[in-house]
Amino acid sequence: MSTKDNWKIWEIFIRSRNGLSHKHVGSLHAPDAEMAIKNARDVYTRRSEGVSIWAVESEAITASAPDESEPLFTPADDKVYRHPTFYEIPDEVGHM
Amino acid sequence: MKEQLLEYTLRLGDNALILGQRLGEWCGHGPILEQDIALSNMALDQLGQARMLMQYAAEQKGGDYTEDKMAFFRDVTEYHNCLLVELENGDWGRTMARQFLFDTYNYYFYTALLSSADERLKEVAHKAIKEVAYHAQWSAEWIIRLGDGTEESHRRIQESMDDLWEWTGELFTMDDVDKLMIEAGIGVDLSRVKEQWDQKVDQILELATLKRPSDDWFQSGGKQGEHSEYLGFVLAEMQHLPRMHPEAEW
Repeated sequence: MSTKDNWKIWEIFIRSRNGLSHKHVGSLHAPDAEMAIKNARDVYTRRSEGVSIWAVESEAITASAPDESEPLFTPADDKVYRHPTFYEIPDEVGHM
Repeated sequence: MKEQLLEYTLRLGDNALILGQRLGEWCGHGPILEQDIALSNMALDQLGQARMLMQYAAEQKGGDYTEDKMAFFRDVTEYHNCLLVELENGDWGRTMARQFLFDTYNYYFYTALLSSADERLKEVAHKAIKEVAYHAQWSAEWIIRLGDGTEESHRRIQESMDDLWEWTGELFTMDDVDKLMIEAGIGVDLSRVKEQWDQKVDQILELATLKRPSDDWFQSGGKQGEHSEYLGFVLAEMQHLPRMHPEAEW
């Protein structure tokens, strides 16, 4: 039997209701994709948290590097006008 | 008829209770956290099913019988579970083999029990079938992975399958209690369950590259109250606290 050393780590995403998007809830060990879904069911959906599960191998995720965060994110800091709060919405549009 | 219904209820309830107790032994000892949680979940599912059935059995007994009294103050010979569920856990593969053989039976059994003429058993079946369907899927996945896994896992799961096979015959033998319950429209015709079980087990064993053990000889007696040497130890652990402090409350 495999030991936990060669069990992959999976990132688990759960959709709590139809119409909402999947949200990251945590990670777990599993020997393959199908067992990752089953383990996620047992670990993360015992209290009716979800209607759909995604499992993604952790190594398939590319993350931004913390030391690059300045060039990546700070240029947006002084551009508050990118928020849509500065536009007037015509009454005819109603609720957006 | 009353007597037989009680025994029938206890057979189902005791299967759930004893298997739940056995699976509970894995809590904190699973090979990996996720598998530990999975088995503990199943132990709790079994316990939930056992409670409904013990409550029903206690009502049938009447008087001051309660679900706790049914569970904790009956001795080995008064237990009516099949022998398979009381066997020791062994290694992970052996627990999976026992689980797969029993879950597959349990799934088809409860599917048939959904149309029982007894409202209470029908109600239990409605709750249980959702849980049991998942258990059966889950343990089948493990059989496939262990059988079609490494050389060692293949060898060990085949050994477990061979060892446990002789305890499966009892699942499908029908005695007078079964026959009377079937005639009353309450019980399940186990010959039909056997056909479905054979088909599913063969299919999974093939996917798992495992050999089906031969049907030479089968153990029997659990349903009638004749148990292996293991059940006494299971009951001792499960019952000693309520027996030492019968009036204790949470």
